[in-house]
This record gives sequence, structure tokens and C-alpha cells, in this order.
Amino acid sequence: MSNDAASSSAGASAKPSRKPKYSKFTQQELPACKPLLTPGWVIAILMLVGAIFIPIGAIALLASNSVVEIVEQYETSCLPANITTKEARIRYIQDDTINKSCPVTLTVPKKMNNPVYVYYQLDHYYQNHRRYVKSRSDKQLLDGASTSNSDLDSCKPLKQFNNTPIIPCGLIAWSLFNDTYEFRRQNSAPIPVNKRGISWKSDRDHKFGSTVFPSNFPNNLNRNESNSAFIGGAGLNVSQPLSEAEDLIVWMRSAALPTFRKLWGKIETDLQAGEIISVNIANVYNTYEFGGKKKLVLSTTSWLGGKNNFLGIAYLTVGVLCIFLAIVFFLIHYKTPRPLGDTSYLSWNRKGNVNGLS
Amino acid sequence: MQSENAPATARSRLFSVISSKGLQAHDRHPSSSSGAGGPPPAARTDARKERVVYVDNPGRTNENFEFSGNKVRTSKYTLISFLPRNLFEQFHRVAYIYFLLIVILNQIPQLAVFGRLASLFPLLFVLVVTAIKDGYEDWGRHRSDREENNRLSWVFQNGRFEPKRWKKIEAGEVVKIFQDESIPCDIVLLGTSDANGVAYVQTINLDGETNLKTRYARQESASKHPGLAPITGKVVCEPPNRNIYDFVAYLEIDDTQAPLGPNNIILRGCVLKNTAWIVGVVVYAGKETKAMLNSSGAQSKRSRLEQHMNKETLWLSFFLLIICIAGGVGMGKWVHDHDSDLNNFPYYKKRDTADKKFMYYGPLGEGVFAFLSFIIMFQIMIPISLYISMELVRLGQSYFMVRDVEMFHAPSNSRLQCRALNINEDLGQVKYIFSDKTGTLTENKMEFHSASIGGVDYSNVLAAKISGTSDSSDGMQVEGSHLKPGVRLDPNLLELLQTEVTSSEATFVHRYMLVLAACNTVVPTRHSGPLQYQAESPDEQALVFAASAYGYTLLDRTTSTIVLDVLGEQKSYKIVGIHEFDSVRKRMSIVVECPDNTYKLLVKGADTASGSGSLADGHLQAGVLFATQRHLDFYSTQGLRTLVVAFKDLEQPEFEEWHEKYKIASTALVDRVKLLREAASLIERNLALLGATAIEDRLQDGVPETISSLRNSGIKVWVLTGDKQETAISIGFSCALLTPDMEKVIVNANTKELCVEKLKAAIREHGIAETKDKQLALIIDGNSLVHALSPDVEELLFDLAVACRIVICCRVAPLQKAGIVSLMKRRTKDMTLAIGDGANDVSMIQTADVGIGLSGQEGRQAVMASDFALGQFRFLKRLLLVHGHWNYQRLAYMVLYNFYRNAVFVMMLFWYILHTAFSAQTALFDWNLMFYSLIYTSVPTIVVGILDKDLSHKTLLGLPPLYGVGQRNESYNSVLFWATMLDTLWQSLVLFYVPFFTFQGTTIDIWGMGCLWAAAVVVLVNLHLAMDVLHWTWITHAAIWGSIVVSFACFFVLDALTDKGFIAHYRVMFHMASTAVFWLNILLVIVVALLPRFCAKVLMQKFWPSDLHIARELELKNRAAISEFVKSSAPSPRMVELDDVPYSDKESKEDE
Repeated sequence: MSNDAASSSAGASAKPSRKPKYSKFTQQELPACKPLLTPGWVIAILMLVGAIFIPIGAIALLASNSVVEIVEQYETSCLPANITTKEARIRYIQDDTINKSCPVTLTVPKKMNNPVYVYYQLDHYYQNHRRYVKSRSDKQLLDGASTSNSDLDSCKPLKQFNNTPIIPCGLIAWSLFNDTYEFRRQNSAPIPVNKRGISWKSDRDHKFGSTVFPSNFPNNLNRNESNSAFIGGAGLNVSQPLSEAEDLIVWMRSAALPTFRKLWGKIETDLQAGEIISVNIANVYNTYEFGGKKKLVLSTTSWLGGKNNFLGIAYLTVGVLCIFLAIVFFLIHYKTPRPLGDTSYLSWNRKGNVNGLS
Repeated sequence: MQSENAPATARSRLFSVISSKGLQAHDRHPSSSSGAGGPPPAARTDARKERVVYVDNPGRTNENFEFSGNKVRTSKYTLISFLPRNLFEQFHRVAYIYFLLIVILNQIPQLAVFGRLASLFPLLFVLVVTAIKDGYEDWGRHRSDREENNRLSWVFQNGRFEPKRWKKIEAGEVVKIFQDESIPCDIVLLGTSDANGVAYVQTINLDGETNLKTRYARQESASKHPGLAPITGKVVCEPPNRNIYDFVAYLEIDDTQAPLGPNNIILRGCVLKNTAWIVGVVVYAGKETKAMLNSSGAQSKRSRLEQHMNKETLWLSFFLLIICIAGGVGMGKWVHDHDSDLNNFPYYKKRDTADKKFMYYGPLGEGVFAFLSFIIMFQIMIPISLYISMELVRLGQSYFMVRDVEMFHAPSNSRLQCRALNINEDLGQVKYIFSDKTGTLTENKMEFHSASIGGVDYSNVLAAKISGTSDSSDGMQVEGSHLKPGVRLDPNLLELLQTEVTSSEATFVHRYMLVLAACNTVVPTRHSGPLQYQAESPDEQALVFAASAYGYTLLDRTTSTIVLDVLGEQKSYKIVGIHEFDSVRKRMSIVVECPDNTYKLLVKGADTASGSGSLADGHLQAGVLFATQRHLDFYSTQGLRTLVVAFKDLEQPEFEEWHEKYKIASTALVDRVKLLREAASLIERNLALLGATAIEDRLQDGVPETISSLRNSGIKVWVLTGDKQETAISIGFSCALLTPDMEKVIVNANTKELCVEKLKAAIREHGIAETKDKQLALIIDGNSLVHALSPDVEELLFDLAVACRIVICCRVAPLQKAGIVSLMKRRTKDMTLAIGDGANDVSMIQTADVGIGLSGQEGRQAVMASDFALGQFRFLKRLLLVHGHWNYQRLAYMVLYNFYRNAVFVMMLFWYILHTAFSAQTALFDWNLMFYSLIYTSVPTIVVGILDKDLSHKTLLGLPPLYGVGQRNESYNSVLFWATMLDTLWQSLVLFYVPFFTFQGTTIDIWGMGCLWAAAVVVLVNLHLAMDVLHWTWITHAAIWGSIVVSFACFFVLDALTDKGFIAHYRVMFHMASTAVFWLNILLVIVVALLPRFCAKVLMQKFWPSDLHIARELELKNRAAISEFVKSSAPSPRMVELDDVPYSDKESKEDE
């Protein structure tokens, strides 16, 4: 092949060789790990997952069980017995002349260490409805009256009232929850509830202006026949800047799901087991329109949050399932072993397979 | 020297222009420079119109017709037109229209699901990236255009040659080009520095062929020089067309008409070589030059996988529609059920403080708006980004294919070329290979092997001397002669040539050698060194070399004369006429006036053409005819290429008659080819048979191994060749295509009835299903194919061919090749691949699903028309079995994964709207929604799509049947799609409901929940990918883990922004990530979501392991076993019986 050699050397001298440079990268031969799910690995992985999940589940369950929670549903029980229809309930709740305070007694089942968190829980309340989530102006909450008109458009349908902008505008602020709770021990000593620090510090500092005061807020009207429809919820203290209106700040962090709790305050004393606490609920928030329940919740917390067995049970279940699967796979492998790389399983080696090569 | 740079840039530019589309495909035999099929249709229809160019009179030339100037513009855009035109082109893609519609929908206030900026982001991102890419490319074109347009050439003006910018040159002007300069436009040669008017040009920019082409100035004009006296004359030529191999015109000068053909025109883009200068008149300029007319856009092919994918995309669109309708109906019903109370719902309130309706349109309206909102929200269900990812992945795959050192061919200095970028994965699914023979399976390096002269065979191989080195043959060498090493010389023949021309034997031999030396289009060139032959066909070159070795050396050739060195004596032959080779006559003939003033017709051609009927029927010939025929058959069985050599003394009347006709024909503007053929038929009769030549064309390296591997991989190899049946069969055996245990079905029939009968008989005998125990080989010839490919018979042919393991078609014409390919393409769903190296394979290459060109000896038309270009046939094995397999596996997985990735996200969003009273609210931040497919999850799929390797190349080459995975669509099919969708459904439910149950009835806020979902889905889809990755290099690690890290970084950055659009999310992620529940949720989601997939994988591998999985286990178990297996199977041309693979069966027993 002297001919070939000659022509190639001639070619080489005429033109630089286009031979690709060899590198492990370009030849796709980089060192690599090639994991393969061999029975050993499968069993090991499943056992490992089981070994991690079962303890986590147990700990989570323990944590959840350590939480003491008192739940009192009151939207029906706080109504006079003769009010049963929806219309009557709405009429009742919208009548400001009626005293709607509602005494309730709670028994502490186990000792509750402070802080005991006071929540209200609503359900069927779509705080995550698109119309609702959008209906606010973050700009206005921070800047107040100087906010441009266009920035307030998102607040519709509660952008302005009597042709002047509402501060704070929007459905969310307007529908502020306004039931209140007073706690007394059996000896009628009031249990103080700390309403400070129930919202996120970052919200107070960066989202709600310390110089923005409520104005033209429809909820602040005195309710009468003609303006009843304009009042949606709690009024706001016009002399308190928004950054200090913590109930509003908490409320305006829209809930993710239609059943949600909002922090109302903190009881910073221990509640002893068996102690009976009387609560005076001012049942004024209208959830009767959509049949929503209202609950008062007193709860301690753990590192996991409130009382919720789901995580613990889920972890335990998955952990046990993995161990179970590990055993099953082990048995399968033990009973019907398939040797690694058994060529008789190749499609063209299987019996009766004529199409193997066609 | 200063021009050295310029041609290089011009070449790269022109080349890129031309290579984007193969030059017009067209039957062109190597030794013929005019299209055998006549002018292309375009030229024919316009043939009535003529273009008249007045030499050296651009004013007059251009006054009647608006001929194009020489300014060229290959750039697409100008500064002003860039924006509108680029946008227009981008929006030609359906995907972008979809994007745009979504964005427009989102601008309607009722539907504004996303913030304005966020919703525009994906579209803008894609548009801007594409625009930058296009702009950059165009800028390069602008620069090269400017450079090109401002180059200088010497143009005759004001009585002398002055430099003029290319863009100013007009048709009709006379230009002078010097050696190594580029040609500025298409010019007709008037004169050259050579007295005979010969010029040599390099056409590499046009067709990529590196050999020099000869061009001639007509004698009528060669003597004139504009510097001496003004030339007045005109060139009448056809209107501009894109056929670079044809040119029909005549030159009228001094009241004589001289015909002009493709040999008289030099096209823009060529470079003048070995010629001091030329003078020519511009006939086509600027955009009317043939080079520019050939620069139209590439036709794009769609890969098989992508076609399947489009079907699944339709399903996804259907899912999208279903969930949007479900959401819309849900919304309508919810509004309807609560219509009377809605205004009092604190979270709805349909009237504003002025008691006007606020965005409330009743149940129907709300339902419709909700439906449209959901389409915006769930838009990524249709994976638009997948198309972009696929392009990137294919680009990456091509990068690696091109750089594979194993596919580099050193002698031709050629790598693999990926000319089509969007059918990489088709290489992994090929079922039929249609291969050319000459130059594809063989080297196309022709060597003269044997001669049969006057019925005597001179092929004394054993006694042959390797000449050019020593021995008596040295004495034979004439001055300037040179011998190609390796020409076999028969001593008897040499001796015979030395003797006086007395015996009839010697007469035969001398005449034979004269034909070999003279009847061709080979051009001898001599530049500071030995004589070199520039030939367009390697066969001719071999024959001329052989003649030279025997003492008949071609010394010089012009349009009018041939100078031969006959055994040391220079003889000049005047050329009276040439009938070039065409595929109808299948022969070439030349009429020469010998030194003794006699006229002789020298003919060489394919044996059937010269042999049947046209030969003299004298009794003297009968013996010769019979012996020659025997020799021809013998040569064929040895796999040699044969030609028949004949000759005729022309008597005066016959000559006159022919000459008259020939002159008319050769100056005709219309139907020149036909007229010439008629002239040829006048004299190409009653020829005297001299003998036959046999040329050896050796198999390329590795061809038998490659073919047996391809056959083992389940690919059916069809060889389509122009050779005779015997040659084809013998080649078939030598390249392991045919094996002795195969049953041959031979079909050769001259009539349709016979053909049908034979096909039917074969089917009756062998059935139409392939059986394992009987291997059939079908051998069919061109004559039968004419009938077999007719619509009513093709089904028979198809049935029979499918039942056969291999098919050899011999004596096929180029168009039949394409016909066979298109028959298989029409009738099966299987992938077809055509491989060839010559112009005659172009139509086949373009017809097949995958076209592969070999950058061989026959020029580059095949490469131009191909999707991939290889240096050697043997690389096909690696291209298909390794790269094709990888490409297919990678892309198939990537498509499924992308479907999953987007659908799981959309489904997760969908479950949420069931808990928002069907309002189009997402918990995720707009930017997270937009970044999800663009940033958070895109890089790993692309990296895995480029780099993942299911099996090493050694395994893939060692176990060819693994290729069947792609042929059977095992890695991408409807079952896998639906399984993936089920998995997707499960994973989306887990993604949604684990956090849902954890956080129901807690203080969690919507954006916090969104953070959890966003984090969980990003980690989940990346880990899902990680679970399926088979080959972890550091790049894979970096891409997958890096992607998760980058996503979290993005979460935290978005979390820290306090600007208007971001304030709602301020510090949310920070709050969430500081709780243990957040992380426990992610862990739980991942394990629960992936557990079914994991178990399914384990069970599949346990009970129904795929071939690939077993092969992976083999790799893991014993690398030695693989290499041993490779060794044992590779060299064997026979079907490897994998049952007795040398893997130890002990293992299984030990395990028990």
C-alpha cells in the first residue's frame, strides 16, 4: 500500500490533518460510574429507606402527640337556638344591635406549656381564590396614599369608596376577620393574650408601611341599613400604622387551602391539666353566607409545628412498606434467581422466537 | 500570493452556500460532462429564450435585457429589515405562534394569569436567543459579501485591462484572470496563455472535487486578444440555470458560429490553476451565476422518532384540553351553584363599591374565561422547550460523532460529516441498507487487471512484474512516461507489442492499445515533474496508465488533437468528433484523423452495449466474439469490471455523412444531446471487436466484517450495482453478503410476463415469511426491475424481497436505485438508509430516510446530497451500531422524560385548582413557573441527552443484535408513553397531596405552599432523571446536582427581592426552609413518588429483562467475557449463533 501511504503523506503535507484530537471527553470515554440495579443494591436501598423512614416517622408521631390542642367549633353553637335558616343567620350576624358575645368553656386535657397559641380556624373559605388573592396592593400597603391610581387597579372591586381610594384597599383587607376572644380562668382571672409578634417580622418591616394609616376604610363605618353592604369585616384603628396592625398582617397572608388557621394571639402562661377556661367569643364574622365553620384553637407546638399525625404515619407506612418490599424482593431473588447477565434471556436466544433477527 | 487568503475565505463561504443543498441531482457519468439526461427541465422549457452577450460590449449587451450585475448578497437581512424579517421567519414555526397566542391571551385582563413580564419571558427568551444567533450568522455573511463584492479583477476597459471591483462587473465585459485567482462570474473562455486555448480550473468550491478540470477556449477566438484588436462577436446562450454540468451556447465571431459547451465556460467560484492567464467574456453575473443559483435552502428531514413524538404531542394537547375543560366546567358549575350568594362571599364579591358588576360574566362566561386561563396556566403541558432541547442535543451528538477518532479516515483525511442535523436518531433504527457497490464497498481505485485481445487472454498474473521499478519493462518506458506502481504487465503482451505489426495478432494488439490511449477524456498535465493524468473517471485513468505501461503514452490532448507516444515515436491524431459517454448508449466513441490521413472510429463501452448487435458480423469475428465473451464471463466471476474495446475504419462517404450531421448537432442550441446521439448511431455500427479490458476494483478494508455485523444486527443489506450479474454475485461472496448456505433466487427476465412468472414461482416456492432455517438471497437484474417496479408487479417484488435476507440488484440505472428505495419506503414502516459515493447514487441518497455519502474518488455530489458523509464504508458499522444506537436511546429517553417533566408539573398545578374553587390560581410564584422548564430542569435533560451511554461501544459492536432495540422501537413507543403518563399521574398526585395533607388546617400561606411545591417538583424531576441515568460522568453529576443547587439559589434570590413584582414573596422561602416539615415533606414526596417506578423497574429487570439490561449486566459481570465474545464473533462472516456464546453457564449453577 505504498500508494496509499504516499497519497496520505502528500495529503498531510498539503493540508493539516483533520484527524480529531483524542480526548476522553470527545471519545465519550470519561470515567464514569455505571450504577446497575442488581438485587443486592435494590434490597440495600429499600432497607436503607426503611431504616431512615421508620425512626423519622416514630419521632414525628411522638412530636405530634406531644402537642396539646383544644378545638372549639362555635359558628352554630354561638347562635340562638331559634335561628336555623341561612337567611336568619345572615340577618342575625349583620344586626349590630344584637350583643353577639358567646360564652364557652374549655377544659385543658393536658398541661399546656407556654406559649399557648390561640388560632381561629375557618373552612370553606377560599382565601386562595384568584379574585381574592389578587385583590390587594402591596405598593399601597407600603407607601400609602402616594400610590398611583394604576397600582391600585388590582384592588378592584374594593379599590375606592365614594370615589376616593381605600387604604388598605382590596378584598382581603376589607374582609378582615373580626371575631374576638376573651379568656378567663375558673377564678375569673383574665388570661392575657399577647397580640404582638403574631405576624412575620419581615412583613412588618418590609411589606406594611409604618407611616401608612387606614383611611376611607368602609369597615370603619357605623353600620346602618344603607351601608350594611359595604362593611365586610373588622374595622381598623385609624391612628395605628399598618405595620402595627398585626391582625391585618396575619390575615393578609392568604391561606394556601380553603381550610386554614390564623394566629390570633399567644397566651404566655402555662395552662394546667384539667383547668377549665371560659372564653367569651364575640361571634361577629359572617361565614354563614358560604356555610363556613369557625373554630377556636388553643395549641402548643413542637419542632414539627402543630398537631398533625399525617407526616408521622406516612413516614412509618412508607418505611414499613420499603422493608416489606425488600423482603419480597429478597424472596423473589432467592426463589427464582436470575444469574447476572444470563444470555439465555437475550431476545434472540429465547426459544421459539423467530423474529429475533428479522 | 496575495490571493491565497482570498480564495480560502471565498471557498468557505461559497461552500457553505452550496453545501446547504446538494447541487442539482442529475445523472452524470464520470466521463461525461454533459448531463446524459439532457438539459434539466427548467432549461428545456426556457430553451426558446436566448441570452445574447456582445463580447466586450457591456453597453449593448445590457440595453435590451436587464441582466444582473455582479454584486451578490447572501445575507438575509439589512439593518432595517432585520427585526421584521427575522421575527417573521421565527414565527413561521408553529411553536412560536402557540407561545405568542398564550402571551396575547394573558394580556386580556380577565385572563391575566401571570404578570406581564413573567408571561413574556419565555417567548422573549427564545426570540432573543434565536435573533442573536441569526444576527450573528448574518453579520458574518455581510462581511464576506462585502469582502467578496470588493475584490478586484482585471477588466478590459478604455483599451486596456484595469482592475475593477467585482460588484461592478457586468455581463458582456471581457475579464482577464491570472493563475490562482478566483473567477468573479460565469465567463466563456476566449483565450488563454496556452496556445491551444487550454485552461485548468479547480472546482472545489462548486462541487468539492479536487482534481483539475480542463476548459478550452474555442480555436476561433483563441487567437484574438482584446489588447491587440477589438473583438467583435456575440455569445448566444441559454438563460441562467442552476445546472453546473451543462451549458449550451454558441459563439459567433467573424461570421462563424462555434458551438460552446460546458467545457468552454468557467463558473464563478472556481480557481484558475496551472494556467498563466485567461481572457473571457462575462455571460452570467452575480445572482444569475450557476453557483449562486445553487445556493437555495436545505430541505429538512424529520426523524422517525419526531414523527412518533408529534402523535404523542397531540395526545398531550388532548390532555391539556381535557383538564382545561374540566376546570372550566367546574368553574361554571361552581358559579352557577352559588350565583345568588356570590356577591356576599367575602372572597368573591362580584359587585364593587359602586354596585357595578366587577369582572363577572355569569356561569357560562366565567366558565369560558376559566377555560382560557387554564390554557395559559397549563401551557407547558405541550413541551415547546422540547423542540429547542432536541436541537441542542442533536448538536451535541453531532459534535461527538464528528470527533470520533474511530471514524476518521487518514488517507482521505476525512472525518464524519453531519450534514443533516435533525435525523441523528434515525441512525439507530435502520432496517434496510441500500448500498452502491463501486466506490462504496470497493475502493474505486481502479487497476488494470487483464486484457483480452483478439480472443487471447493476457492476464498472466503470476508472471506479472510490478513495473516502474526494474526489469525489462524499464526499457519500455518512454521519455516522460511514468507508471503507476502496481500496473500488472503481461510479458507475452509486452513481447507482442515489440514485434513488427505484421501478424493479425499484433494488429489487434496495437489497435487495442490505441483505443485505450486515445478514446477517453483524460488530460495529461505536466508541471515541473512527471506527467500526470487528470481523469474524471478512475476507470479511464487506469486504462490510460495501462496503455502507457505497454508503450502507448498519452502525451497531450487539446480540443483538436491528441498526441501519443507510440513505442517511442510521437504521433499526432486529429480529433474530428467525440461522442461522450451517456447512459443510454453506454459507450464512448471518438473519431480521429490518423497521421496517415485515414479516419478511424475508436469505441469503448459496456459489453452489452458494444457487444450486442452492433458488432460486425463477419465470420472472421465470430471466433473472437466467442472467445471474448468467454473471457468477459470469466472476468466477471472474478469480480472484475469489464469494458469492450472496438474499432472501425471509416470510409469516406460514411464519414462525410456523419461529419455533416455531427457539425449541425454540436452547434445546436436545442436538443443537442439528442442530435448528437443520432449522429453517433450513424457510425457506431458494424464495429470490429478488438477485445475487452478487465479492471480490478478492490474491496475496501473491513467490508466483509462490516456487512456481517450489519446483517447480524438485523439490518437487511441490499446491494445495488451497475455491474453484471456474475460480477455482482462474486462481489457478494467476497464481501460476506452471500454465504454458500444461502439459497439464491435469481430473477432476470426481459419481458414483464416472464418477470411476473419468475417472481410468482419464487414466492410459491419460498413463501413470503422469513424463516430462520432457510436464508434466501434475491438477485435481480436491471431489465427485470424495469418490469418488477411497475405498479402492478411491485407488490410481488416487495413480498419476495422482504422474505429474503439479502438482495442484490445488478445492472441498475440510477433512477432504478431510487425506485427500489422508494418502493421499500412506501411499503414498509421500516427505516431505510442509502449509501453511495457517486453522482449516480444521488437520487437514491435523497430518497432514503437516511442518506449517506462516501467522500470517495468520484467527486462529491453524493456527499452534497447526503445527510451524513463517511470516509469509508466500514465506518457505517460504528455509525449505526454505536452512535445510531446511542442517539436513539438518548433522544427517546429525553422525549419521554420531557413529556413527564412538563406533565407532572401541570398536573400538580391542576390538583391545586380543585381546591381554589376552580379559579386559575397557582401557589407557585410566576417566575418559578416560567423558570421551571427553562432553567430549573432544562440543563440536565440536555446533558443526559448528549452524554448518557447505556452500553459501551465495545459491547454494542460485539453484540450487533442489540441494534434491534431501535428497529423495534423499544425505547420509544405508545406503551412506554402511556406507562410514563401513568407514572406522571401518580407522581403529580404525590407531589400535591403530601404537602396538602401535611398542611391542611394550618397557618400555611399560599406562597409558602408554592415554595414547597416548587422545591419538591424540581428535586423530584431531577432525581427521577438521576434514577434513570446509566452513565454518571462528572458532567452528569454537575448538571443534575448543579441544577438542584441553582434552583434553590434562584428560590432564595427571588425570595430576597423587594421590588414591586416580587414583594409578595419576600422572605417566604426563608420562612419555609427554616422548618423541618418543609424538608421532611420533600423527602417523603420523593420517596413515595419514585417508589412505584423503582419497583416497576426492578420487576421488569427481574422477569422481563431487556436485551440492553442483560448486556449491561454482562458489562458489569465480566468485561473479559465481552472482549472474548467480540473476538470470537467479529471476524466470522457467518451468522453468529449466539446460543453458544462463550459465557459460562456455570454461574447459574453456582447461584443455585
